[in-house]
Amino acid sequence: MKFEAVIGLEVHAELSTASKIFCACATKYGAEANTQTCPVCLGLPGTLPVLNEKAVEYCIRAGLALNCRIADFSKLDRKNYFYPDLPKAYQISQYDLPLCRDGFLTLASGKRIGITRIHIEEDAGKLMHSPEGEGFSLVDYNRAGVPLIEIVTAPDLATPEEAVEFLEKLRRILIYLGISDCKMEEGSLRCDANISLKPAGAETLGTKTELKNINSFKALGRALAYEIERQAELLAEGKTVKQETRKWEEAKQRTLSLRSKEDTQDYRYFPDPDLVPVELDQAYVAAIAASLPELPEAKKRRLIEEYKLPEYDADLLTGSRHLADFFEAVLKDYCNPKAASNFIMGELFRLMGEEGLAPEALALNPAHLADILRRIDQGELSVSQGKKVFEKAFRTGASPAEIIAAEGLRQISDEASLRTVVTQVLAAHPQSVNDYLNGKTKVAQFLTGQVMRETKGQANPQLIKELLEEELAKLRP
Amino acid sequence: MRVSEEEVRRVAELARLAFSEAELRQLAGEFNRILEAFAKLNEVDTTGVPPTAHVLKVKNRFRADQVRPSLPRAEALGNANAVKDGSFVAPLIME
Amino acid sequence: MELCDLTLHEIKDLFAQKEVLPSLVMASVVKRIEEVEEKLGAYLALDLEAAMAAARAADERIKAGRALGPLDGIPVAIKDNLCQAGRESTCASRILQGFVPPYTATAVQKLLEQGALVPGRTNMDEFAMGSSTENSAFKPAKNPWDPERVPGGSSGGSAAAVAAGEAIAALGSDTGGSIRQPAAFCGVTGLKPTYGLVSRYGLVAFASSFDQIGPLAKDAEDCALMLAAIAGYDPLDSTSVRNGQVDYPKELEREVAGRTIGLPREYFGEGLDPEVRRLIMAAVAHLEELGVRVVELSLKLTEYALPVYYLISSAEASSNLARYDGIRYGRAAAGREDLAAYYTRTRAEGFGPEVKRRIMLGTYALSAGYYEAYYQKAQQVRTLICREFEEAFRVVDAIVTPTSPTLPFRLGERLADPLAMYLSDVCTVPVNIAGLPAVSVPCGFAQGLPVGMQIIGRPFAEATILNLAHQYQKVTVHHRARPYGRRRGEQNEV
Ligand SMILES: [Mg+2]
Ligand SMILES: [Zn+2]
Repeated sequence: MKFEAVIGLEVHAELSTASKIFCACATKYGAEANTQTCPVCLGLPGTLPVLNEKAVEYCIRAGLALNCRIADFSKLDRKNYFYPDLPKAYQISQYDLPLCRDGFLTLASGKRIGITRIHIEEDAGKLMHSPEGEGFSLVDYNRAGVPLIEIVTAPDLATPEEAVEFLEKLRRILIYLGISDCKMEEGSLRCDANISLKPAGAETLGTKTELKNINSFKALGRALAYEIERQAELLAEGKTVKQETRKWEEAKQRTLSLRSKEDTQDYRYFPDPDLVPVELDQAYVAAIAASLPELPEAKKRRLIEEYKLPEYDADLLTGSRHLADFFEAVLKDYCNPKAASNFIMGELFRLMGEEGLAPEALALNPAHLADILRRIDQGELSVSQGKKVFEKAFRTGASPAEIIAAEGLRQISDEASLRTVVTQVLAAHPQSVNDYLNGKTKVAQFLTGQVMRETKGQANPQLIKELLEEELAKLRP
Repeated sequence: MRVSEEEVRRVAELARLAFSEAELRQLAGEFNRILEAFAKLNEVDTTGVPPTAHVLKVKNRFRADQVRPSLPRAEALGNANAVKDGSFVAPLIME
Repeated sequence: MELCDLTLHEIKDLFAQKEVLPSLVMASVVKRIEEVEEKLGAYLALDLEAAMAAARAADERIKAGRALGPLDGIPVAIKDNLCQAGRESTCASRILQGFVPPYTATAVQKLLEQGALVPGRTNMDEFAMGSSTENSAFKPAKNPWDPERVPGGSSGGSAAAVAAGEAIAALGSDTGGSIRQPAAFCGVTGLKPTYGLVSRYGLVAFASSFDQIGPLAKDAEDCALMLAAIAGYDPLDSTSVRNGQVDYPKELEREVAGRTIGLPREYFGEGLDPEVRRLIMAAVAHLEELGVRVVELSLKLTEYALPVYYLISSAEASSNLARYDGIRYGRAAAGREDLAAYYTRTRAEGFGPEVKRRIMLGTYALSAGYYEAYYQKAQQVRTLICREFEEAFRVVDAIVTPTSPTLPFRLGERLADPLAMYLSDVCTVPVNIAGLPAVSVPCGFAQGLPVGMQIIGRPFAEATILNLAHQYQKVTVHHRARPYGRRRGEQNEV
């Protein structure tokens, strides 16, 4: 029998607010354990939460970007369960009235993936296992109270590839919105997946499993593929799939049962009496909508149309809002989009790769790149000189003019002086001239090299070529 | 609605409480008497009545996204029973 | 007649006239504490040296005519569920033994900033769950009028301390009557403010949608002074309210003639001690003499208030008290081998029986399959109770009821029967359900025991009910009776 997979994702993204969702502690990643905590986020008795307005705004930004309906009335609820990383033994979250619901995200194929809901909630602390054999865990509450949005999709994804594409697109959007840095390796983007199989074409859904501990895009694809195979095997053997939570084991590339449905918690959700309802008026939501940046898909389409870029280029350039902005900033002072795109995808990507630099951290002045490209086009710099200047500008931030002056990199395009050098070189190498005139045109390269040497590499190679040909022609018997 | 001892035991687990057999029996008895008295609520017709979670009409209470100093770590950890390497100590967690 | 038996406003006036200094008042309070505290158990922790030092600092301000306000130099006791930086704050629970918060409750902070002295932290029912202060994990408090009897609860320590002159005034908290009922039992005046008027920041939560901090004091005027000191918006509490500053002490002097009070039939029915009824009706007659119009009214949903209150408050409590797990603070069980067992042992050892009972009830009311039948149903009936009060307040300015249907009962008398104990709160819980303000005013003695009258007001109408209480107290003497150190020339009405 053939099976179809039915996949839904639950994505948690940490919001990049400066302070936590219910207190004024900083949210910086990587601080020393328990140095970003206060009575509120430690859940000390008598303390009370006060909602960070930015967390609400960021969630609405996400909702608007993902075509959601924004609730006019929303509230916060308590999700009760005991765990040492949860200081109050309840997570403040949203249950039946999330800020956003009923949106969608469109895949490259045109398929729409439903977004069931987006809500805000607080993150938990971090548990660390103590050194081997000591028999306890350590808890760091720095992360406790960092704002999260939870994005829940409809079970509309059919393959691991679709799931990965969805997550990548979603990540790109959240980064564009400036509401999350979405670093899976730092845990600021986390993804759980629900997956079940059903016979091809069937209406009713099969029993689903929930996959946890997915720490990368690759892991998402692999965990789903593994789970599809595992469930298909069970069903093919006439066995049933158990409803359970399974953990992706990266090292062994498999999923492993974590707990069965019988152990699922009774979260006893109820409205948090310490927090008052959130009522959003239309003007407020409209103002946020008006402030949304151009989103990746729209930007990509526009780059293709406006600059006649190939889809491939546009996709790469819009991989990051910063990069796309950089590209467009270059074009303010330079009018050949494809040449700019080529240079960015080639030289800039190479250097960023070498430095391990994220697009957001790019400090290069776009006017400098425009300047270099212009100088190349005008023959003032050779392409290789241009690359050299670019690398310097990239690493030091100095302007191309400064670099060219300091390195004496100016290209000699002055025909008269270059012609003098050429005739000198020809006079100095009679044997090569003879060889050339006897049909060994390859020696032209050697002669070009000699001219370059004489000019310390600053001669315009195109011009050398033309002058050499002219002067050699004159020597023809 | 009768509450069984079994059910009381389940609730105790959920609440991370423990009782002796005798206490459980007594608690089940009390539960039943209390809930029986509280069943009176069913006399009230609440069709279409919204629940009240807050008596206040207050809404939209926000704080600005501003960072203020956290507790010094020694104070944050000051009330803990056990501390190690700047962290709180919890029982060993498998998973 | 000792200084510690005077009211706050009397002492304040003596300070203003420079006839007395704070350290003298504090010394009088200390002396009384030495005489009676062992018998009464009103305090869980005393901090007399620090209070004395603070008193001497206040002396200097008073002498220099630079008092920080009416509370400067006044000894005010603090209920043990109000966090105080650097002071062990236990809520009378073993599970919080040793807990020293690094922050101070907003209401306490305001008192301290205005120069109040804190002699100590008062006894209470564990986590404020109870009506007798017998649920204190450490010791029961006793009624100063009869130490065989309970002082009421859960702010029993605060009420006993004020009545006995172990403090001039006190802060308590009221979730279902925990200020008013002990005030009635101990013969003092206790105000439960409108939900949201006083910040809850630093008040260890029992039932967050009911809890309010309020004063227990010797009369309505003292309550007004205390309220003025602690009321107001707090950015740390999302449920605190921006309410235009009311001059509560000034409002006391308004005429009450022409006001209308309502007597709800349901509060005067079965279960009401006839002597309590007699004294309440006598007090109502006094109000009538002042020109107050009295009407009878009906609050039909009153009988549902108790289940509504116990279901919602227990549900909230089950969640609020889940954080006590022995990891970040408080007492922990020994051994850390297994997470669930660690939690369970810590909590089973740390909580007393009443707290466990409420956590169990609340967990049950919220659990899958019961939420709609219990928690949600209670929230819906709550809506109807609120509406019923709203309706009543279209007709009347205040509602007058007994504070407690019975006289202070004997220690141990109701401990075995939780339902009987819950019935102590039958007149006070509807007020918390609707978030209304109410004051309990002494209105006489029966069998040598004090009786309290409850005056309930519209939301944020503290000025109205304190005005009624004050005008009543101007023509009566019940609030002036003291269990110790009687005033010259005055006899307690027994
Ligand atoms: Mg979540
Ligand atoms: Zn914090």
